Order: sequence, then C-alpha cells, then structure tokens
Amino acid sequence: MANAISEPGKAPASLLGQAIKEAVFTGLLTFGLFLLYIGFKTDQDISNALIIYGRPGLLAIFVGIAAVGRFLMVLFVHPWAKARKDARAEVPVHDIEKSPSLFHKHFLKIALVALLLYPPVIVSIYGFQGSLKFVDNFGIQILIYVMLAWGLNIVVGLAGLLDLGYVAFYAVGAYSYALLSSHFGLSFWLLLPISGILAAFWGMILGFPVLRLRGDYLAIVTLAFGEIIRLVLINWTDVTQGTFGVSSIPKATLFGIPFDASPGGFAKMFGLPMSSAYYKIFLFYLILALCMVTAYVTIRLRRMPIGRAWEALREDEIACRSLGINTVTTKLTAFSIGAMFGGFAGSFFAARQGFVSPESFVFMESAVILAIVVLGGMGSLTGIAVAAIVMTGGTELLREMEFLKHIFGPDFTPELYRMLIFGLAMVIVMILKPRGFVGSREPSAFLKEKKAVSGSFTKEGHG
Amino acid sequence: MASVDTSMTSKDTILKVEHLSMRFGGLMAINDFSFEAKRGEITALIGPNGAGKTTVFNCITGFYKPTMGMISLHQKSGKEYLLERLPDFMITREAKVARTFQNIRLFSGLTVLENLLVAQHNKLMKASGYTILGLLGSPLYKREAKKAIETAAHWLERADLIDRADDPAGDLPYGAQRRLEIARAMCTGPELLCLDEPAAGLNPKESLALNTLLRSIRDEGTSLLLIEHDMSVVMEISDHVVVLEYGQKISDGTPDHVKNDPKVIAAYLGVDDEEVTEVIAEVESLDGGAKA
Repeated sequence: MANAISEPGKAPASLLGQAIKEAVFTGLLTFGLFLLYIGFKTDQDISNALIIYGRPGLLAIFVGIAAVGRFLMVLFVHPWAKARKDARAEVPVHDIEKSPSLFHKHFLKIALVALLLYPPVIVSIYGFQGSLKFVDNFGIQILIYVMLAWGLNIVVGLAGLLDLGYVAFYAVGAYSYALLSSHFGLSFWLLLPISGILAAFWGMILGFPVLRLRGDYLAIVTLAFGEIIRLVLINWTDVTQGTFGVSSIPKATLFGIPFDASPGGFAKMFGLPMSSAYYKIFLFYLILALCMVTAYVTIRLRRMPIGRAWEALREDEIACRSLGINTVTTKLTAFSIGAMFGGFAGSFFAARQGFVSPESFVFMESAVILAIVVLGGMGSLTGIAVAAIVMTGGTELLREMEFLKHIFGPDFTPELYRMLIFGLAMVIVMILKPRGFVGSREPSAFLKEKKAVSGSFTKEGHG
Repeated sequence: MASVDTSMTSKDTILKVEHLSMRFGGLMAINDFSFEAKRGEITALIGPNGAGKTTVFNCITGFYKPTMGMISLHQKSGKEYLLERLPDFMITREAKVARTFQNIRLFSGLTVLENLLVAQHNKLMKASGYTILGLLGSPLYKREAKKAIETAAHWLERADLIDRADDPAGDLPYGAQRRLEIARAMCTGPELLCLDEPAAGLNPKESLALNTLLRSIRDEGTSLLLIEHDMSVVMEISDHVVVLEYGQKISDGTPDHVKNDPKVIAAYLGVDDEEVTEVIAEVESLDGGAKA
C-alpha cells in the first residue's frame, strides 16, 4: 500500500486513528481490487448459457482480512519492528557477542544431565513398554543423527570440504559389524573400533582422488563415491546378500551379558520381567556415550594444531601452504577422522536394527546429515545437536499429527505432508538464520578474553 | 632434500636465482632471470606492472614450478636447498622461506592470535606427537602450546596488534591486516621473508611504521626480499634493488645506482629523451621527500 509508512514521532492515540484510517482505506482498495475477481463468478449452466452470480460473503471475507490485517499491522507490528530495529542499532553491528549468561555457560552440562535422566523419566511416566517409542524413535534415532552430523562436521564444518557421500562411511561401519559379527561371531565391543578403523580407511581412500578437487567438483566426486559403495553393497550378493540385506545381526552385550530370554540374559539376571525396553535403554546410553566421545574428541582436536589447520584450510588453502602446512595430510586426516565417527555410528546402527540393507544408505541420508550440519551452523557442536533434534525429532513428530485430521477432515494424511512441512521449515530457517542456528565460532585459543567470532567473518570453504 | 655445491656461491648469499624462466603457454613471463639476495639485507624487486615480479615470487615460494632455472637457498646452518624441487609447503617448513601475498590472505574467521598459532603448525604438530600425545594431554604439548602463544604475543607486540589479539582477523582495518600477515609469516621462523607489496594501500604514517618494522626484522637476522611499487619504501629501506621488465633483469645494484640508471627510467616512463630528464628530476625530488 502506498501510505504504508506511518510518520514517526506521533503519539499512540493518533496511532489508533491512523490505524483505523489505513484499515478503511485498505478495505476500500481491496474491495475495488477484488470486486470483479471475487465478487462475481461466471459459470455455464446445463444449456451452455453463461450465468453470473454474486459472492458477497467471500468478498466480505477478503476485504475483512485485508482491513483487519492492515489495522493490526499499523497498530502492533510496525511499532514492534521499529523497536526491535532500534534495539539492534544500539548494539554495534557485527560485533562480538556479549558474555554468555549462566544458562548459556552451563548449557552443555544441563543438556547432558537432561539426556542422562531422559530414559528413567520416560519409563516412570509411560512404563517400560510405553517408553519404547520415546527412547527408540526419539532418543536413539536423534542421537544417531547427532553423532553422524558431528562426524560430518569435522569434514564440512571445520575443514570446509563439502562431502555429499558421507553415508558411505556409515554403510561401511554398519556392514563391517553386520558381516564380521554374523560370519565370525566377533563381539560388538571388538567390532566397534574395527568398524571405525575400516571406515577411516575408506575415508582415506576417498580422500586421495579428491585431494586436487575443490568446490562443486569435490561434491560430485564424493556423491559418486557414496553411490559406488551403495551399488557395491547391492550387487556383491555373495557377501552382502544384495537388496535382501544382512539380517539377524547379533545384538550388543553389556559386559558380556546378552539382552535375551536366556537364563544368563539381562532380565533374568536381575530378576526383572522380560521386556525389550532394557535393550533400548542400554542402546540409548551407548549412543549417548558414543556422542560424548565424538564431542570430546572434536573439542580437543580443535585446540590441537591439526584442528586449527583444518579451520585454516577452510579459510584459505593457499595461505595454509605458504605457512608450511601439508594440506594433503591435513585433508586426509579430516576425511578419515570424520569417516571414523561415521563408522562407529554405522556399527551401532547395525547392532540396534539387527538388520542392514542398502536401502538405509541412500543419498537422501547424506543430504539430511549435511542439512543438519548446515542448519546447525557449520562447526558448532551445540547448533548441530539442536538442528539434529529439530530435523529428526521434527520429522518423527510430524508422523504423529493426528490432530490435523480434525482440522482438515478424515481424508487428510499428515504423514504425506511431512516432508513438505519439513522442507518449508528448512527454507524459513535458512532465510532467518543464514549461518545456521549457531552462526558464531568459538576461538580455539585466546590471549585475554574469549570472544566468539561472528559468522560474517568465517568462510564456508572452497571444497 | 636437494643439496647443491657450496663452493659456487659466496658465504653471505642466502638466495641465488639462476637462469630462471617461466613460460605460461606462449607467454614468456620470466626469461633467463638471475639475481642474488644477500643475508641480512633487504633486497627489493621492482618493475612496471606485468613485469613478472609476482611470478618470480611464486617460483621462489613454490607456488609455480619454473620452466627452467635453479633457485638455491643457503641457510645459516650451512644447509642448502634447491627450492624448485621442493613442494610449496616444504619450502616454508624445511627451507625456512616465508611469504605474504599481494592480496592479503588471512584466515579471516580465525582470531588474530589463532592466525599466528596456525603459522606455528609444524612446531606444535611435532610437540603434540602428531596429535596423539596432545590428545592424551601430554605436558610437553602444553608447554609448547604456551610457548607458541608467547611467540605469537611477541609478534603481536611488534606489529602493534596486541590489543586486538582476540578479535577476528577479518575485522581488522586494512593496514593492520598487512602487519598481521607479516607477523604471521614471521611466526614460521623464516630465514628469508618474501613480501609481496607490503606497503600497498597503506597511508604515509602506516608506511613509515612498516619501514621501521621491516628494518628491525632485518637487523634481527632475517633477510628480506620484497616487491614494492611505493618508491619511498624501496629507496628508503632496501640495501639492494633488482629491476625487472618484461621478464628480464634490466638493472641490479644499490638504490642510488638503480634510480639513476637510464634503462630503469626508460622502463618506467618510456624512452623519450625529454621525459627521461624529467623523470630523473622527479625521482630525485621523491628521494629527497622520503629522506625528509
């Protein structure tokens, strides 16, 4: 509307008057605009004659929406936006963030305690059987993605190498555990590190050919690598049983105590009633521990010369070389350490599902993991964890939108709109927070005081 | 490590470039270029735009592999390296040649301090047992990390950046970024520091401070090789000037010798005789201005 700008410095009383005036004007304008479009409808009757009938009700709704909308806009939204802008202008632009509040400072500890208490609380609310859904679908599922995203964060967030085939390492880890445990009967605790090492090895194998590539080219080759691994899994039927997948993979054990109905099993041993919930709760704590290891190693590595070299590589590769940093080994370590965490997560995934098939390792998975890293804010562990909760938890939650049926009628299936809503949410987040949830970066060392580096200075890496 | 025969060169030569040629397709960017840089001196490489100065730099620091020629570096310890045979990062790590860039290349998202710590990567990498010992919390690494921060603080002090140590490098004003790049190069512990137009875009005051910094670096035993357009800097601080035009050396000597060389004057302002006299007058007045 032409008269959208309300003059500044006017008293609130006149603001109401102005709002009414603008609302009336907008209403008139809308009436004029929509009178012919909405107010009248032409149709053909059975004898092909054109009949015209009015729709005053609909027109009134349109005019009403516009007028009320304008009224609210002028009265509330504009002053609010202005106040917000003024508040922002007082803070220097692009300045370093203020010192964090108490909650922010202890955010990690609070989150960790909350996670540790999560299964007992859920069990006490819903009972063992009822807790399955929450611990498994929400807890474990989200934590797997947190771990994968933290692993990919090393490659994409720190070293700035765009990897679209990360799920390949997840697959390597999962199949390593699935095949080695079903063929050789090795235990989960032995195979967990082996899967990680094998995935790291494949990370290095991927690393070598892509060392010379940057940006889009690197992304395409990693994408192809992910597909190659998947196609090998599908077609090498002698070993992987192709699309049928590997089933009845042994479960993980708690210091040798299996989770089954045998006399030596967990439930019998502690005199508890049989339930599959124990295994899920055990898995929850296991993946939580794995996530903590990932976070700890990442945090430590960032303070090591290698971690700094990764970030420097993301900022400027040529400058790195001019400072005597071997970019080849630096990139390879980033690829292999990132892949290693993918491998850990993969072997956990196989132990949890008891079944792996190439279906689980499609490109979409890589894309989701990458989206979590980007959405969370590249390099930030907290941001990525939040993004993982939003992305995986959100999609799981959207499965349960039964109430939408009451709004849109019984024919509406909310599950089908899951991905649509999800995509829309992602677009909105990226518009509002283009650097992800946590855009700033914490320095790895400081002289006098630790100040977060604003996201406007960090680079995304060239490849 | 490639070693060369020492007997050929005098003791105080740090860098010797012989018959260097660099061809890009049909273009001969550098043609049979030879010069020497002495230890403990500031050697300036000047020439009109497009003369091939930065190409020479890129050959010395390994970013280009020369088509022909030999670049040998002689360290204080007597060790010698053939730079054209080393990969770029080894030239900094082993041969101890550091460089800065014409268009500043800082890690803008890292803090000023972190920039200087990245420069000490190799030293810290060894101290951290290639990350493994450091990850386990080895005291040796902790000690070295502390020392690295001290070294960084020392150079921040020298470059007058200590107050901004914890700010992102991208947040610094242009002149400070230039100084930070020099400080970062010095943190690698170089014997030869190559500066590509360090005074470009600096105001006269900053330029003067830069001269002081460069001189003090030289006096502490690091030799300098610099490309510069700002004649007040070149004439004031260099001990030796090499002039390049169309990839060939046209003059070589002390600043006084070079600035009176008719070939150099012709290269800068064309060959018209009348202009040459004007140029001589101009250079002399410039020289007087710089001294004043």
